[in-house]
Amino acid sequence: MTGGIGGRAWKFGDNVDTDVLSPGIYMKLPPEELAKHCLEAVDPAFAASVRLGDVVVGGENFGMGSSREQAPQALKILGVGAVLAKSFARIFYRNAFNLGLPALFFPQADEISAGDRIEVDLAAGQVRNLTTRKAYAVEPIPQHLLDMILAGGLMPHLKSILARERGA
Amino acid sequence: MYIFSRPTLRRRLESTRGVVGSTLVEKIIARASGRARVSPGEIVTCKVDLAMVHDSSGPRRLGPRLRELGAGVWDPSKVVVVTDHYAPAVDVESASIQKLTREWVAENRPGAFYDQQGICHIVLAEGGHLKPGMFCVGGDSHSPTGGAFGCYMAGFGATEMAGVMVTGEIWTRVPETIRVEWTGKLPDGVVAKDMMLFLCRTLGMQNAFRAVEYGGDAVAALPMQERLVLTNMAAELGAETGMIEPDAVTLAAIRDGGGVVEDEAVRKWRSDPDASYEARHLFDAARLTPQVALPNTPANAGPVEAVEGRPIDQAYIGACVGAKLEDLHMAARLLRGRRVASGVRLMVAPASAAATRMAASDGTLATLTEAGAILLPTGCGACAGYGAGVLAEGEVCISSTNRNFRGRMGHMNSQVYLGSPYTVAASAVAGCIADPRPFLAEAA
Repeated sequence: MTGGIGGRAWKFGDNVDTDVLSPGIYMKLPPEELAKHCLEAVDPAFAASVRLGDVVVGGENFGMGSSREQAPQALKILGVGAVLAKSFARIFYRNAFNLGLPALFFPQADEISAGDRIEVDLAAGQVRNLTTRKAYAVEPIPQHLLDMILAGGLMPHLKSILARERGA
Repeated sequence: MYIFSRPTLRRRLESTRGVVGSTLVEKIIARASGRARVSPGEIVTCKVDLAMVHDSSGPRRLGPRLRELGAGVWDPSKVVVVTDHYAPAVDVESASIQKLTREWVAENRPGAFYDQQGICHIVLAEGGHLKPGMFCVGGDSHSPTGGAFGCYMAGFGATEMAGVMVTGEIWTRVPETIRVEWTGKLPDGVVAKDMMLFLCRTLGMQNAFRAVEYGGDAVAALPMQERLVLTNMAAELGAETGMIEPDAVTLAAIRDGGGVVEDEAVRKWRSDPDASYEARHLFDAARLTPQVALPNTPANAGPVEAVEGRPIDQAYIGACVGAKLEDLHMAARLLRGRRVASGVRLMVAPASAAATRMAASDGTLATLTEAGAILLPTGCGACAGYGAGVLAEGEVCISSTNRNFRGRMGHMNSQVYLGSPYTVAASAVAGCIADPRPFLAEAA
């Protein structure tokens, strides 16, 4: 991942919880199957229609609830390139970075409409709304998380730690 | 519609900004990160004293990651594994998850393995594992429960738990501490669950990167199992963790569970008198009334009067937060000599095998079943929609659990109200959402 992400905006409100992102009754299923039910309680068309690079835009406290990382994983499996939200629940925020899904604090979420063409440039710390022709500087991602997301998530990061230790 | 604006509850909000003392969570993070002191906002790496995982987020998800990394567990003696989410197995998928968990345990030999002995947060508390000053992590969002023992405990996802298994370390941003004090005596029929539903509405569910420290004489007066409710539902407040400074009750609970702890821990692991809090809140416990959260979020809480009389299909007493021995005692006290209303089903899934055992020997289970309750196996059950007791489309349930997000307990168009075990039991008898206080007064 080089920091270039782009696609259509999918809009959601405040307090999108982990039960609507990854419903408990499907948690026994493999993540790919579970992902087909992602957000169906609030937008039945989402899982079938979302495309690679699309951006999920949420309000306050996105991802509240469970520690289940199937919540960001389902979004990632469906091709979501980034989540922009006014604020995040802490475990979702951590899980998203661990799985290589960028989560950006975006107080101007209300200025994005469903279907807007959005580009996210992680390295430059910029979000561009091509539909409204507005550009936004985003709060920088903490360096250790930026390194992790550019590496592809926590697993590649752990591999490099282990490789260093084994090399030592 | 909700009635908190009437002058029944006193709330004082004050900001202090000293720089001398440390709060309890800052002291623990400083110790675990090898620093003299830490300040809110700093990002530090901590050494983990205990890591808990369960069947849903544990071996099934971190096993393949450890294999991919070609790495083992950094210190198996510090790992506790629990089967609870898919216990007991109800189909081939859940049975396979259980089997995989047992095989991982046989291979990796964690310090403790509780197989179908209860819900992770409760068996940890019962087993004397948690002690003041420890830095603990859990692969479950309700891991803050452990903070009732004066330790740091927070929840993390499976990949991050895999990282802990390999390195024994985890990063954290030092949280701000919010002090929540309750003073006065809780009225009869009003319990820790009511305090937390009230706080979900009052403080909101968006307190990421904050730790909640509970205190005051009303908290000091709570038995350990009620304290666990306060720290458990710090998760619903969205907090990093919830904590209670240790006292004689804490030490007794640790020793009852077979843990070894020095008396000195009480003096050592507490916030300094001049510690800096982001905010302090003071509430009057004597004026709290039974609370019920409407669908689909705990923040929709308000006094039970607002929803009294709403018909229900099911009443559910279960989960880590709401089916401990103390909770079963509450339900039994209300149900003694009464019957569950016709057309309503009352399900009880005790939070641990030990709670079931004690409730059997002290007559509690007999009282519940004579009233018409259906006894379910111990485990997470219907709380997260994984086990027995889930809801069909359009059904209405009042539950002693901690979350009522849309679709959590079954069909996405089912409705879940949250209340205390007293309120759930009273509603089961009434056939509709009911205030437990008249029932308790009548029985007394």
